[in-house]
Amino acid sequence: MTLKAVVRTETRARVNDFAIKLANVNGTGSASANSLLMKAIFRMGIPVSGKNLFPSNIQGLPTWYEIRVNKDGHTSRALDYDLMVTMNAQTYAADIAEVRSGGYVLYDSTWPLPSELLRTDVTFLGVPLAELCAQQFERPRDRLLLKNICYAGALVALLGVDRDVIATLLEETFGGKPKLRDANQLALKLGFDYASEQLTCPLPIHLEPMDAKEGNILIDGNTATALGCLYAGATVAAWYPITPSTSVMDNFASLCRRYRVHDGVHDYLIVQAEDELAALGMVVGASWNGARAFTATSGPGISLMNELLGFAYYAEIPAVIVNVQRTGPSTGMPTRTQQADLLLCAYASHGDTKHVLLFPANPAECFDFAVKAFDLAERFQTPVLMLSDLDIGMNDWVVPQLAWDDAFLPDRGRVLTAEELHALPRFNRYEDEDAEFVTPRTLPGAAPGGAYFVRGSGHDKRGAYTEVPDKYQEVVDRLAHKHTAAALHLPAPVLHRREGARIGVVCIGSGDLAVREAAELLAARDLPVDVMRVRGFPFPPSVRAFLDEHEILFVVEQNRDAQLRSLLVLETGVSTARLHSVLVYGGFPLSAQQVVDSIVTQTGSE
Amino acid sequence: MPSIVKPLIPLATLPRNDLGLTPRNYEGAMSTLCAGCGHDSVTAALMQALFELSIPPYKVAKLSGIGCSSKTTAYFAGEAHGFNSVHGRMPTIATGAIAANRELHYVGVSGDGDSLSIGLGHLAHAVRRNIRMLYVIDNNGVYGLTKGQFSASADIGSTSKKGEANAFAPIDPLMLALSIGATFVARGFSGDKERLVPILKAGLSHRGLALVDVISPCVQFNDHEGSTKSYLFVREHEVSATDFVEPRETIVAHVPDQGVLAVPMHDGSQMHFRAVPAGYDPTDRAAAMHYLQDRHAQGEVVTGLVYADEGVPDLHELSGTPEGPLAAVPFDRLCPGADELARLQDSFR
Ligand SMILES: Cc1ncc(C[n+]2csc(CCOP(=O)(O)OP(=O)(O)O)c2C)c(N)n1
Ligand code: SF4
Ligand SMILES: [Mg+2]
Repeated sequence: MTLKAVVRTETRARVNDFAIKLANVNGTGSASANSLLMKAIFRMGIPVSGKNLFPSNIQGLPTWYEIRVNKDGHTSRALDYDLMVTMNAQTYAADIAEVRSGGYVLYDSTWPLPSELLRTDVTFLGVPLAELCAQQFERPRDRLLLKNICYAGALVALLGVDRDVIATLLEETFGGKPKLRDANQLALKLGFDYASEQLTCPLPIHLEPMDAKEGNILIDGNTATALGCLYAGATVAAWYPITPSTSVMDNFASLCRRYRVHDGVHDYLIVQAEDELAALGMVVGASWNGARAFTATSGPGISLMNELLGFAYYAEIPAVIVNVQRTGPSTGMPTRTQQADLLLCAYASHGDTKHVLLFPANPAECFDFAVKAFDLAERFQTPVLMLSDLDIGMNDWVVPQLAWDDAFLPDRGRVLTAEELHALPRFNRYEDEDAEFVTPRTLPGAAPGGAYFVRGSGHDKRGAYTEVPDKYQEVVDRLAHKHTAAALHLPAPVLHRREGARIGVVCIGSGDLAVREAAELLAARDLPVDVMRVRGFPFPPSVRAFLDEHEILFVVEQNRDAQLRSLLVLETGVSTARLHSVLVYGGFPLSAQQVVDSIVTQTGSE
Repeated sequence: MPSIVKPLIPLATLPRNDLGLTPRNYEGAMSTLCAGCGHDSVTAALMQALFELSIPPYKVAKLSGIGCSSKTTAYFAGEAHGFNSVHGRMPTIATGAIAANRELHYVGVSGDGDSLSIGLGHLAHAVRRNIRMLYVIDNNGVYGLTKGQFSASADIGSTSKKGEANAFAPIDPLMLALSIGATFVARGFSGDKERLVPILKAGLSHRGLALVDVISPCVQFNDHEGSTKSYLFVREHEVSATDFVEPRETIVAHVPDQGVLAVPMHDGSQMHFRAVPAGYDPTDRAAAMHYLQDRHAQGEVVTGLVYADEGVPDLHELSGTPEGPLAAVPFDRLCPGADELARLQDSFR
């Protein structure tokens, strides 16, 4: 029963420049079909991104996957879709309404689409997916799961996906399980053959191989973070499960099983803690004792960790905390992305506290910054929080292959050896600061004479309890200087300059791609902008310099309260009035168009 | 006034242990607790246990939370690293510290507020993980440091200094621990150093987590008539209720091998201690729980080694970690290197 809606079809070819959205029901196996497509496009050497817009639910709710292909490398989230694959009857209406005029809808034509859903300005491509699968597969479960591979097959034909690439991918995935492989190959062929015979293939929007794959990998941020922790030499990890950070520890555990077991000896210890307070407590205890230790969590976990963050700051104990941000406040939208923990993390805990933060923009930076986080934490003897987000952490990104220098040696900071300790007339924990206000520490049990008493209570520079104003202030003042000194050790801001730009745009983290694409779109409208992406807190002087250089400033961030803007105002002294905000905080990854629209409107350049 | 008085000139007759160290080597800073506070007696017992076991002080790590009890880690083994953490979280710090370095001797000192209220979950999970440490709870039935509120170990009906009666059932850390797989549980009384020291020594030598609940009277806030202690049933070795312990005087009493000892508290109330009887089998978990419950119903507080099992692996043994400290594993064994990074990225293509 194929529905033949005769509509106007766009004939202008758009090669390697389009966006498709796949509307699915979660828990029905669509994820593997979608990532198969994404991976195939990557292997064809075409810049691509895949964004999973999923619900906080295990089965039965709507879920979407977006694939954007762009030969120029603009792969931030697209807002208008050239092709919609509608596999979820619950959301038919909304999904079909989202397709751009002149676009396409691929639907399961086993059943007719309700006529009120038809649009005259899009092309409906019917493939009887359920029927095809019912004819070929016995078990209801197979029929359901393989419907996804079947639509992938149709898309292979419609979009011109390289069939050899797909075949190889299926072989790699299911090579060890011939039955599964055969079933998947068959389902793929069903969709492919039907589309090839019944529909005009390929569509004007389609793929042609490129060479953008060279030197690149496809990886999600949480996997890259776990790799960074492995390479940094972390041996102790403690965590409490929370979306979207869970896969950091899952990946770390499987990497450890692979690389850290020698002759049956496990050179790692991962504790699934009873809560996030405990997780950070364990990290602090392990770091105090000389191990590289970390935890991974999301906003609610950071809220729980506050007291111990302040403790580690004041007692000067290293700790690495990965915060894969999700949408708050409270439970918020656990499977949606945001950058709304900036202020929380910068000043976490009561009293005067300031932390060192890292803001990776993609999985490659997750790897580098994770390694960096341990060096910084040990050098400055303080908690370091790496703020990734759900978009970076859980989506697959095309990034340059990760590199490692075998000459790398971890910076363990100022830890006294037994000899150094013996040479001292007396060891006092918070004395003898270096140029960056760091004082040497000792490790428990390392040598006699090195003992000190760690306390979160008021202490003087010898580490002794004090309630004397001057002695207390002497220590906390040094902590403030130490924090400032860390700025120059953080990854420097990344600048993208344009001729004649009077506007400066500041962005952070996963906003990177969208803002850079926006800068190109704005330049095309005679509105050149310079872009600065901050990558760490405290800010180095170059941040203030960039702000001073520009007449008009925009700060683009994904939270309601303009938190990055507040941080810039508080920490650089720039006047609030000079910073205009572009705020996108609905929970989906940032899109270039949102940035362009906001800046165009605010500058009155429409 | 501190109860640990330090003579300026060490006495020539001081005993020496196998390391040639004297008890002075196991002392710490001057205590700032109230004179007569039971916690200082526990500290003294800890010093003696460490001394007698000839543990090098610098190989000891002392951990605590917040409370009068938690302050005491500063008052012994001054040559050992100390970690006075935040309220209730000591077990988490201990877990991480032990994960990083299994070679030190870990002594955790906590309070009934610290471990049975705010940190109850952490205590329970530390017990479950059987991390290798001596875990002492200085149990006084109150929050000493915040001036006398009920703790979760206060018995129903016990009254506070202000006269309010506690309405809620007490948590017995030993019963709790036994129910979640504890491998060593014991109870002592701060005033009975003679019995406490061997318990602490046994705990320090245990393969996993040794939980020692020490009844440790607070002279400030649990020394009035109506405190839970006076509710206890008097059986044998009764001490007349008129016996009065001067405040500021440390309670000292030796629990006999058999029968119950009634100990007068600072207010004249009494607490009844019973040592586990001769022939008691500390390897039968169910029997141990039954015995505790039984005696509790009689208003008695059981002291002694209640349960021990040396056959259960600790966290490290369960995790297959190296015999030495994890923190000491050389970097080149931890980092797979550039070639491997290139190789493993094949799966990301
Ligand atoms: C998060 C937090 N809440 C409250 C306090 C205040 N506080 C300090 S000690 C204490 C209770 C201590 O009781 P316990 O552990 O029994 O020790 P004790 O003083 O009786 O030995 C409380 C509530 C705190 N330090 N931290
Ligand atoms: S208040 Fe109680 S627990 Fe605290 S030091 Fe004084 S006697 Fe000891
Ligand atoms: Mg108490």
